[in-house]
Amino acid sequence: MLTHEAHSQMLTHEQAEDIFLRLSRYSNADGLEMLISGGHSALTRFANNTIHQNVEEENYVVSVRTVIGRKTARATTNKLDDDSLRRAVESAEAMTEVQVEDPDLLPLAPAPMSEGPPTERYFESTAALTPEDRARAVENIVAVAKKNGLTTAGIFSCSRSAEAIMNSRGLSVFHAQTSSEISITMLAGDSSGWQKANSPDARNLDPLVLAETAARKARDSASPREVPPGKYTVILEPAAVLDLVGFMFFDFGGMAILDQRSFLTNRVGTKLFGDNITVDDDVYHPLQSGAPYDGEGVHRQRVRLIENGVVKNLVYARSTAEKMKKSEHASQVGGIGPTGHGFPLPNEIGEAPLNVVFDAGPEGSRHTVEQMIASTDRGILVTRCWYIREVDPYEKILTGMTRDGTFYIENGRVRHGLRNFRFNESLIHLLSNISEMGTPVRASGEEAFDMVVPPMKAQDFNFTEVTKF
Amino acid sequence: MKDIASWILNTAQTRGASYCDLRVVDERARTIATKNGKVGHASNSESLGVGIRVIADGAWGFAATQDLTRPSVEATAARAADVARASARVKQHELQLAPEKAHVDEWTTPYKVDPFTTSIADNIELLLKVDSELRAVEGVTLAEALLSFRRYEQWFYSSLGSDIHQTKFITGAGYSAYSFAGTEIHKRSYPNSFGGQYQNKGYELVEELKLVENARRIAEEVVTLHKADQCPEGVFDIILDSSQLGLQVHESVGHPIELDRVLGMEANFAGTSFLTTDKLRHLRYGSDLVNVVADATLDHGPGLGTFKYDDEGVPAQCTPIITNGLFTGYLSSRDTAAAIGENRSNGTMRAEGWNRIPLIRMTNISILPGAKPLTFEELVASTDYGIYMQTNRSWSIDDKRYNFQFGTEIGWEVKGGKLGRMLKKPSYSGITTEFWNSMDAICSRDQWTLWGTPNCGKGQPMQTMGTGHGAAPARFRQVKVGSAYKGT
Repeated sequence: MLTHEAHSQMLTHEQAEDIFLRLSRYSNADGLEMLISGGHSALTRFANNTIHQNVEEENYVVSVRTVIGRKTARATTNKLDDDSLRRAVESAEAMTEVQVEDPDLLPLAPAPMSEGPPTERYFESTAALTPEDRARAVENIVAVAKKNGLTTAGIFSCSRSAEAIMNSRGLSVFHAQTSSEISITMLAGDSSGWQKANSPDARNLDPLVLAETAARKARDSASPREVPPGKYTVILEPAAVLDLVGFMFFDFGGMAILDQRSFLTNRVGTKLFGDNITVDDDVYHPLQSGAPYDGEGVHRQRVRLIENGVVKNLVYARSTAEKMKKSEHASQVGGIGPTGHGFPLPNEIGEAPLNVVFDAGPEGSRHTVEQMIASTDRGILVTRCWYIREVDPYEKILTGMTRDGTFYIENGRVRHGLRNFRFNESLIHLLSNISEMGTPVRASGEEAFDMVVPPMKAQDFNFTEVTKF
Repeated sequence: MKDIASWILNTAQTRGASYCDLRVVDERARTIATKNGKVGHASNSESLGVGIRVIADGAWGFAATQDLTRPSVEATAARAADVARASARVKQHELQLAPEKAHVDEWTTPYKVDPFTTSIADNIELLLKVDSELRAVEGVTLAEALLSFRRYEQWFYSSLGSDIHQTKFITGAGYSAYSFAGTEIHKRSYPNSFGGQYQNKGYELVEELKLVENARRIAEEVVTLHKADQCPEGVFDIILDSSQLGLQVHESVGHPIELDRVLGMEANFAGTSFLTTDKLRHLRYGSDLVNVVADATLDHGPGLGTFKYDDEGVPAQCTPIITNGLFTGYLSSRDTAAAIGENRSNGTMRAEGWNRIPLIRMTNISILPGAKPLTFEELVASTDYGIYMQTNRSWSIDDKRYNFQFGTEIGWEVKGGKLGRMLKKPSYSGITTEFWNSMDAICSRDQWTLWGTPNCGKGQPMQTMGTGHGAAPARFRQVKVGSAYKGT
């Protein structure tokens, strides 16, 4: 069993292999797969210029999948003693036995023939962050708030984690990484501003720059005015772009097409977006994060999802690729094969791209947010979106609100803050009407997973209502 | 457990904590899902650990571990005290807690059939029977069904002397049918969206839901939606079914009454609230017919917000939230109650698991049924023209909980007091207080259902919590309808 000292030191590949060996002794199944993940995470939360929550956690979870013939099931435990591991194996096997045979179930993934490109995402300086380090950063953020006559709320979180997948066919992959995140809201009497950043390396986060920017937005949006809803030119900062476009990427899984729940059903290979929209899934991108393998241990591949507005490829788990090859969609969906994007089995969703990177074209063609504002006669600058939900799954109409810094632009200048809008906007329409883009950055929001996206300027964005603040 | 508690409480005290509580949680879950004739998901899971919360130097600290050995829990308690001291570096004043007595008690969810005693093979057979009924209707392109069982056992101890052992059983079941044709994907769910109905009950809930018996109707409805007319855009009277009204309560009453939101503690993530403290007992929230309670007691029913003590050791209570339309109460904790001068928490602090800190969470936030007998049929019969909307499909509300927009899976036109043509893609929107003031009828107790919302997210790190919402069909006058598709 891992001792509490070992927890603090992080799981190693060798320790994970030892746990898998112990599990293997208890199993009578045809195949055995283990996922282990966990580590140490901490989050300091502040509001009203005070740290009001401050938490730390140590936990590792072992998840066992057994395969008997064409049946499979899973059992999960965070109890790592021998008895508990044995019970987890027995539980998985008992559940597997009573399953209905699945002719599409594949044998466990084989060991990879070669290693994928290296991904160095563990930074000792981030792993070593203490509650005092986080508190000092919060002190500095609060000082910015007080200097500006504001109050602040937010988080500073960090974690060190390890995960491994091993199976009885000899597959054994391991990934360790650190994460850090700072999110800051600055509040004035009738306005607010917000900034957030996230990186595996906390040295990439600058709390003072984030705090000053959030404070400026809160100040500049004071005394917000109301303008009528309607179609406006809109400049979306990266976090706003991220939270909107994040709603479409689960539709890029092969299983979503087979289930006919994707807005790309009958649309792969067609030009759905503007010429300037090109998107990859690339876990190896320097601004990306996460493990370079999927829920079965298959190495992730770089996949071009959209090229010059045309939907080019989907991503696949192993079994989805096999099903797709035999399906009526096979001739319409581009290349078919496992891409290393599957979720742990068994599951109903299949797969999804989770390391999305937008290509904003050559540097010379890009525009900063300031340049976008300067070239706008009448428009709206959006810092952040909130509570986005899908209204129409095939036209990909989303509703949601603006929040924490919405501004009116006239004659190339930000004029004043605005009361927040509700929008109902189709992603297909939005990404067909992007007139300018900036340099992609690693963006972090609240509705979607982090991705590498640029700020965007779009025409005819559909605001349908205004709220009271 | 008492040994673990004493190791932790002693360590916390030695490290200078002025208060300490701990929750040892042993959790077990079974989830089985089917999709298009196959088992889509089949898993058992368990989790055990302890979360320790302390106050030191006038500030909170929390640490959690899965390792319940003495060296580990003592180290974790010491860690919680260290974290609290770090918190104290950034504070404006000393933390105060509303007083609470010590409680020693034991409680279990009343249940008839422990769901974990049912056979997995039988569970799968039931779901596949539902699946088969759904896909028997031509045009159904995707059928998904789910069973979810959870047993949540918790031992709570505090430095006040509380020793509370509670066990909850949570059962959920439901299904959805999808139909894709042309350029539309329609969905129908039973008995509710978000996976179905969830309650603090045993397997008897599954038997009560009559899953198989309703599957053919749901499948026929989803296919028929392709032929239905688009819900018109305009300002109309609307009637909401009880599940949609339950979600309306959740979003536009339940969240804004959370006192941590009101006091700014959620400003960075979930947002704040329009219900500033000056509005308590002054704001006309809704019409005279609107009566909402936050009731965690068993008398209210087996809701997902039913318990005997919250995760701060405060007994379950029933708090009037809206009384004949007047705003009368918040959801509070020991520290937020003290912050607004209340002399006691109303007992709403809950944590997702052992590794999360308790937060103010909705208990059972329910709109009470009408006092006068009123059936759904009578409600429709008294409506000259309107739209009846059933089963949530989309939901969104601003970060102060004012402007909302909801879409439902299906609707019907009400004309001359009768349900008429089916309508697809219904939606409505409004401003919270204007909407609740437009309610002019609500059905009586026999039409009232205590729904479970299993997926309420809040906090950082994010916690998912189950909440209960009792509601009966109700009518709202002159509501904006169809804006979800306006201009798109």
